[in-house]
Amino acid sequence: MIEEVRPSQRVPRTHWRRRLLRWEVFLGLVVAADFALNVQLSPYFLSSETLADVSFNFTEKGLVALPMALLIIAGEIDISVAAIMALVSVCMGLLATRTASLTALVGCGLAVGLLAGAFNGALVTRWRVPAIVATIGSMSLYRGLAYGILGDRVLKDYPPAFAFFGQGYVAGPVSFELLLFTLAAVLCALYLHRTEFGRRLVAIGCNKTAAEMAGVRVNRYRFWLFVSTGVASAAASVLLTSRLGSTRPSIALGMELDIISMVILGGVAISGGRGSIAGVVLAAILTGLAIFGLGLINVPGVVTSLLMGALLILIVGLPIVGQRLSRVRAQARLRP
Amino acid sequence: MRAKRLWTRLGGSKHNAGLALLTAVLFVAVAARYPQFASTAGLRDGLDDTSILIVLALGQMLVMLTRAIDLSVAATVALAGMCVALINQAEPQVALPWLVLGAALLGAVLGAVNGLLVWQLQIPPIVVTLGTLAIYRGATYLISHGRWVNSGNMSPHFLGLVRERWGGATLLSWIAIAAVLLAACFLRYSAAGRSLYVAGNNPEAARNVGVDVGRAQCLAFVLNGTLAGLCGYLWVARYAVAYTGIASGFELTVIAACVIGGVSIAGGSGTVLGVLLGCLFLGVIKNALPLLAVSPFWQMAVSGAVIVTAAVLNAAGTRAPQRQRILEN
Repeated sequence: MIEEVRPSQRVPRTHWRRRLLRWEVFLGLVVAADFALNVQLSPYFLSSETLADVSFNFTEKGLVALPMALLIIAGEIDISVAAIMALVSVCMGLLATRTASLTALVGCGLAVGLLAGAFNGALVTRWRVPAIVATIGSMSLYRGLAYGILGDRVLKDYPPAFAFFGQGYVAGPVSFELLLFTLAAVLCALYLHRTEFGRRLVAIGCNKTAAEMAGVRVNRYRFWLFVSTGVASAAASVLLTSRLGSTRPSIALGMELDIISMVILGGVAISGGRGSIAGVVLAAILTGLAIFGLGLINVPGVVTSLLMGALLILIVGLPIVGQRLSRVRAQARLRP
Repeated sequence: MRAKRLWTRLGGSKHNAGLALLTAVLFVAVAARYPQFASTAGLRDGLDDTSILIVLALGQMLVMLTRAIDLSVAATVALAGMCVALINQAEPQVALPWLVLGAALLGAVLGAVNGLLVWQLQIPPIVVTLGTLAIYRGATYLISHGRWVNSGNMSPHFLGLVRERWGGATLLSWIAIAAVLLAACFLRYSAAGRSLYVAGNNPEAARNVGVDVGRAQCLAFVLNGTLAGLCGYLWVARYAVAYTGIASGFELTVIAACVIGGVSIAGGSGTVLGVLLGCLFLGVIKNALPLLAVSPFWQMAVSGAVIVTAAVLNAAGTRAPQRQRILEN
């Protein structure tokens, strides 16, 4: 237990061989392999336009996956993120019929996300509902509100300038989405691995009761983590809505599972207390590359998610099989 | 006194009494306004509509008792349902009992995949079933090539079985009733059934008294898979259509029914009576909303609000939050 609380990044001088065995290195190799495979598959893959295209496959989900990773490391989970995205998109779409002000649109979206996240946080901390139950309920609630408000209509009165968030480029192949994702990743990494707050968060995930007794305000952390996933979902919704240019109540349907898979793929323990932002970023890139590569060879969406599901089980299961095999071998060596 | 003992024996508790009262009040309130709701036909349709949810929720309850969760049930329903629909389309002469048995067996195999991954590789259940959810749904697409099987492609016998009426209720309803009785007996009188509670209540203690926690979880997954496979046939026959997206997202409704029925997400507690009441509660709401002229688009929001409220009430009703023991894990 103590070993888990110790900041993995600051362990002094780990042996290089142990360092090589880290999850992030493993993921990095898979990413490199997938990249090479994509280059093989299509001669056009290495152009800067294509690479920019790849980034759109993971930036929105990745943006939510980052605070989701913090939440899961703290031992909680939020299933309602995709529903928050839908609700935010509907609210922005309605506001766009009245005003063309970008500040108002984005501000409204972020505020709705903040409120939705705060409601989740209140359910878990104030009313002590287990996170998975609370967010399954609020998922139906938020998605239901989106359906109820919009019915079978489509909203697409967005001002032309709104398209920048999801379609604009900042410099060369670097899209606004990619820039936002990178900034969020750096912020989350600094928060988790380089501040006292981050260490407390890991402590909460390892053992809530012990953390509370050690003087960590557990509920305060949990509440603000839910708020931050809410706000990140709102930001992702701004990007997605702007990229698609329209809102239907079914927008981002089922995306919560992709996001949670991404976090787990990134080596974050679903039971809390362990994980790194570098892993999540690599998992996001891997997902983006894989989805794009499969698209190159005309694999339909459902089959892509089948392969992603298999990849999830395989990548989580393989190290466990490996550990077991090496244990068996070690035992065999001990026997004369 | 005797009545009270019987009530407790049936899984009665303050929670279940409250839930039963709430369901009854809701039912009476709607029936007073719309008498057709409480007519024989109305009751029959209501029960018929809730039957598949009841069977799936009972299976999910077994899994949740062992501190696991199965997100892949709806995908299992889709895969098993699509398989039998395709077989029926291609070979209409295959006898129905074989198809039903085949669906249940396929479900058992899919459940065993979940169970073995959880038991042998010790991957957390939520991760395993998140993966198999996508895999089973993708497999449904692959075997059907994305095509639909419509009612015209299925034999009348295949579609008619669930509508068969015995003693006022459809066969579908009788299957749900049988599942309730079987689950109650299994959990109360068999060693395997008791071991599910033991494994989920305190895994450490369970190991000390000789209960293999992983094995109990695997057993629960297999049983749940079997029920889900059976529901695959029931679903396709009931709604007379099979496509890749059938029952999509239904796993969350199933889990919600369990949670409303008082099954703890932390394992070890839950009653068959509670789950049954949870399903009936959701069923009454689902069937009452169209009568009350609530737009179908608002129904999801209403059931979401109900789930959240029920979860809050449940959490307030349980004893002081079980504190994680400081030395656990």
